[in-house]
Amino acid sequence: MHQAIVFLPLVGFLIAGLFGRLIGARASELVTTGLLMISAFFAWIVFFQTAFGGHDGTVELFTWMASGKLDVTWAIRVDTLTAVMLILVTTVSSLVHLYSMGYMHEDPSRPRFFAYLSLFTFAMLMLVTSDNLVQLFFGWEGVGLASYLLIGFWYDKPSACAAAMKAFIVNRVGDFGFALGIFAVYLMTGSVAFEQVFAAAPSLMDKNILFLGHEWHAPTVICLLLFIGAMGKSAQLGLHTWLPDAMEGPTPVSALIHAATMVTAGVFMVARLSPLFELSDTALNVVLFVGASTAFFAATVGCVQNDIKRVIAYSTCSQLGYMFVALGTGAYSVGVFHLLTHGFFKALLFLAAGSVIHAMHHEQDMRHMGGLWRKIPFTYATMMIGGLALTGFPFTAGYFSKDAIIETAFVSHSPAATYAWVMTVAAAALTAFYTWRQMFMTFHGKTRADHHTFDHAHESPLTMLIPLGVLSLGALFAGMILYPYFVGHDVDHFFRESIFMASDNKILEEMHHIPGWAKWAPTVMMALGFAVAYWMYIANTAVPKALAKQNDVLYRFLLNKWYFDELYDFLFVRPTMWLGRFLWKQGDMRVIDGYGPNGVSARVIDVTNRVVRLQTGYLYHYAFVMLVGVAALITWFMFGGAH
Amino acid sequence: MYEWPILSVVTFLPLVGALLIVLMIRGDDEVAKRNARWVALWATLVTFVISLLLLVGFDASNPDFQFTEYQPWLGDVAAYRMGVDGISLPFIVLTTLLMPMCILASWESIQHRVKEYMICFLVLETLMIGTFAALDLLQFYFFFEGGLIPMFLIIGIWGGKRRIYATFKFFLYTLAGSVLMMLAIMAMYWQAGTTDITQLLTFNFPSGMQHWLWLAFFASFAVKMPMWPVHTWLPDAHVEAPTAGSVILAGILLKMGGYGLLRFSLPMFPEASAYFAPFVFTLSVIAIVYTSLVALMQEDMKKLIAYSSVAHMGYVTMGIFTLTQEGIQGAVFQMVSHGFVSGALFLCVGVVYDRMHTREISAYGGLVFRMPIYATLFMVFTMANVGLPGTSGFIGEFLTLLATFGRNTWVAFFATTGVILSAAYALWLYRRIIFGPLEKDSLKGLGDVNAREMASLVPLLFFTILFGVWPQPILDACNVAVNAIVARADIAVGAVKAAALVLP
Repeated sequence: MHQAIVFLPLVGFLIAGLFGRLIGARASELVTTGLLMISAFFAWIVFFQTAFGGHDGTVELFTWMASGKLDVTWAIRVDTLTAVMLILVTTVSSLVHLYSMGYMHEDPSRPRFFAYLSLFTFAMLMLVTSDNLVQLFFGWEGVGLASYLLIGFWYDKPSACAAAMKAFIVNRVGDFGFALGIFAVYLMTGSVAFEQVFAAAPSLMDKNILFLGHEWHAPTVICLLLFIGAMGKSAQLGLHTWLPDAMEGPTPVSALIHAATMVTAGVFMVARLSPLFELSDTALNVVLFVGASTAFFAATVGCVQNDIKRVIAYSTCSQLGYMFVALGTGAYSVGVFHLLTHGFFKALLFLAAGSVIHAMHHEQDMRHMGGLWRKIPFTYATMMIGGLALTGFPFTAGYFSKDAIIETAFVSHSPAATYAWVMTVAAAALTAFYTWRQMFMTFHGKTRADHHTFDHAHESPLTMLIPLGVLSLGALFAGMILYPYFVGHDVDHFFRESIFMASDNKILEEMHHIPGWAKWAPTVMMALGFAVAYWMYIANTAVPKALAKQNDVLYRFLLNKWYFDELYDFLFVRPTMWLGRFLWKQGDMRVIDGYGPNGVSARVIDVTNRVVRLQTGYLYHYAFVMLVGVAALITWFMFGGAH
Repeated sequence: MYEWPILSVVTFLPLVGALLIVLMIRGDDEVAKRNARWVALWATLVTFVISLLLLVGFDASNPDFQFTEYQPWLGDVAAYRMGVDGISLPFIVLTTLLMPMCILASWESIQHRVKEYMICFLVLETLMIGTFAALDLLQFYFFFEGGLIPMFLIIGIWGGKRRIYATFKFFLYTLAGSVLMMLAIMAMYWQAGTTDITQLLTFNFPSGMQHWLWLAFFASFAVKMPMWPVHTWLPDAHVEAPTAGSVILAGILLKMGGYGLLRFSLPMFPEASAYFAPFVFTLSVIAIVYTSLVALMQEDMKKLIAYSSVAHMGYVTMGIFTLTQEGIQGAVFQMVSHGFVSGALFLCVGVVYDRMHTREISAYGGLVFRMPIYATLFMVFTMANVGLPGTSGFIGEFLTLLATFGRNTWVAFFATTGVILSAAYALWLYRRIIFGPLEKDSLKGLGDVNAREMASLVPLLFFTILFGVWPQPILDACNVAVNAIVARADIAVGAVKAAALVLP
């Protein structure tokens, strides 16, 4: 059954990819979607067996590579952490497959689209079921490839091609750190398999590693290098620039890859490697700091975006920051909890946004929407549910998971804890603001769309509405049902060995004893955000423009995403291109070739030309030279040779 | 294993094919051309099939050379000695595999002097296989340098516009290295009294002499690899060479350098190898970063892939000189994998070059609309070139970097930046050629890959993926042989360390 969960999507990919044109678009859709639903069904069975039945297990397939001490196996490892990911990935993926049947209805290359979706799901499943770092890396890069292909799905659009490339290359920067981290793990423990690495982990506590000329604390170096990988994949501050651009891809892709699953791989990785991260307070502090900064940064940018998808993209970035805050405080299960609930409500938001876009004939600019709630009431209702869950409205999914994260930041003993708490609380207000801003601009007020589009706006087909309905259930109830297992008293029993917490890590206990005002702070912030959004976009719609004009510098700073793209272009892209050209023209052509082969042959021609000049052709010249030679020879023999 | 001298048969069968063409085919009309092509194709195919028998009969757990042959030749100075171990066998099979594809790739693109062209290729195959199978120094030298001549002719006669410049650059560079190697071979003969490689492998050269011999051999192999800064002949040679010439150049000829390092430098001069390892690391890292940057800015498709080859060979030299099991096995794997991948990439360039007769990147764009199958194939090979896990390109890079990290983190750090840069240049190339709107009129009538092109690209695709998820056949084959090299290097390193302890 474990094999079936992982490999059915691969089968779907191969069928749709190789024979898509032969069997037609409809058959490709049905095959891939059907196989994924079977896979999802099995995943739920495995989830109950593993999480509640206690059946952990690893299925070893065959050796991938063995050389020297290195031994890497293809394997499927299922424990609670994996099982949680399995249900999230397969459920959202099969819903997105179903949704795409409606959304992509008019696209001529649907077989290719569904093949890529299934390929992505396969790679993601390989990632979450790996039992060693190298297979994790395989899945890691595999989802990167699928993401590249899907962002660039409409490859005739130059902006889509550029976004796809950017996503892959920025992720490679993260992978650079990840790869070095794997090497460091192998150097220190002699293995890349989780079992052996985790068994050897405690002994690393007081070991040093020589890295780049310095002796460092080994677990800190290892964890920070691996975390660079997580930052790339999960779009954390500094390596986040690819995620907003990735919205060039079709909307179902954004829902599946850039909200629910792939971008959470970094969170999964840190949780999976908790036995290593628990060894290094420094690394956890860095995780906490980066997560909190990202949560705040992305929320600020989200407040001024006008593209309906980009608002959600920055929101995703921000929520991933929240997850890392939880991980950074050592509350791994809380991070995973938010990963799960966020997967449901963020996929819901994206799919609902897709339904809006579908209704509006591919209009994505919220400035050209408004008043849509009458036209598409079901979409409106589901998006409202998603929005409520995202802002943490009491008793929705986000309320349980996000507020739990803010609580962990409050009680954490880390030096960055206060910073993290302030940032996450502030971000909670911003989250409520941009979410309601989006709702109001899209669905409320007078419409700003042109007649024709507005009159023809229509509710989406059933294939698209069913996934919205299912995900709404998740966004409403997942938090309530699962709270005890991820945050409450059943955590140990639920996760068992899949998440490791050091004996002095009592964060899950402490967070239940925080003062009432701290507990309600995020909810108050949420209400505040709502009030401001209501005031600016419903009550007095002139305010936003006036504010933007008054604070022009700040507005531009936010609108241009803190100028990260411009900065990177200036710091990295241009110098790299300049250096490449310089090394080519000056290094290769001028120096190496100039003094090498071309120089040598030029000298040879020079010398021969001069030698030619010596050959005058006059006999007496030659006779004279011979005479001088003979004289010199005799002189040398008489004086030099005598000694 | 076999009753008949299988290695000699595999080596000289292509030569028989060449003789057939010389003797049987007269004239220069269409019939003669067609016959020459078919004879060449059959000769290479039969050679490939027979070389598969080598795989069947090879015993991976046996540390000795296998299928050995011996015939006295120049008295006791040199003899005809043949044999393979786990390091040379993959290269022989790689050669015999790539050759039929080269003949197919030249099927329509070569129209003048077809007979001579096919003769050149068949002679070249004999010399290449001979290089990997030779177990005598002099014989190795003969095959190793002899390979230059047909390649020189292939580029010089059937090449592009600047072919004369390219051939002379190619020839001068390689010749400069080989003169030094010849001197070293003579010195080794005077010292050891034999040119038998199996004996030399266990002979202990005095350490002062090792350094000089190592440098002389290294000069030759570094040019062949090619390593920075003696790499500039490669882009020019590639650009001017016909497609099949590029495939052989990148697929096989470059690997002779790495093979030479593994066969001679490491086991015969272990102390010098340990001594010079930091030097080689430096050159390798420079090669990886420098040529990747240069590749990024290329405007010619073939030049870009040529520079990327130099970068990938940087991983090979780096892995070899880690002197560890992982590193050397990774290097062997990287060479074999690069043989598939770069060969396939050059074939891919050839596919569009045959249609458009230009290699300018800016002349393309939006090919995916006309050539979807081509776009898919090219994507897989691009990803293999980038080193995506699941393709064969990953295994070699990963193993060599893993081993290097244990030796020197600075080297590993800079070499790993190669994964970012390779993604940048490869994806940018792909985007400019395949993606984007189809706007240029000249491209609007293009047809997708035909059956003949598929026949060479699909097997390469198959191997790229197969060895990406299951590299064990190659790693197992070279395991024992590499083990022997590492063991010898360890002893030498131990000796150097002991000497260092005694000195102060």
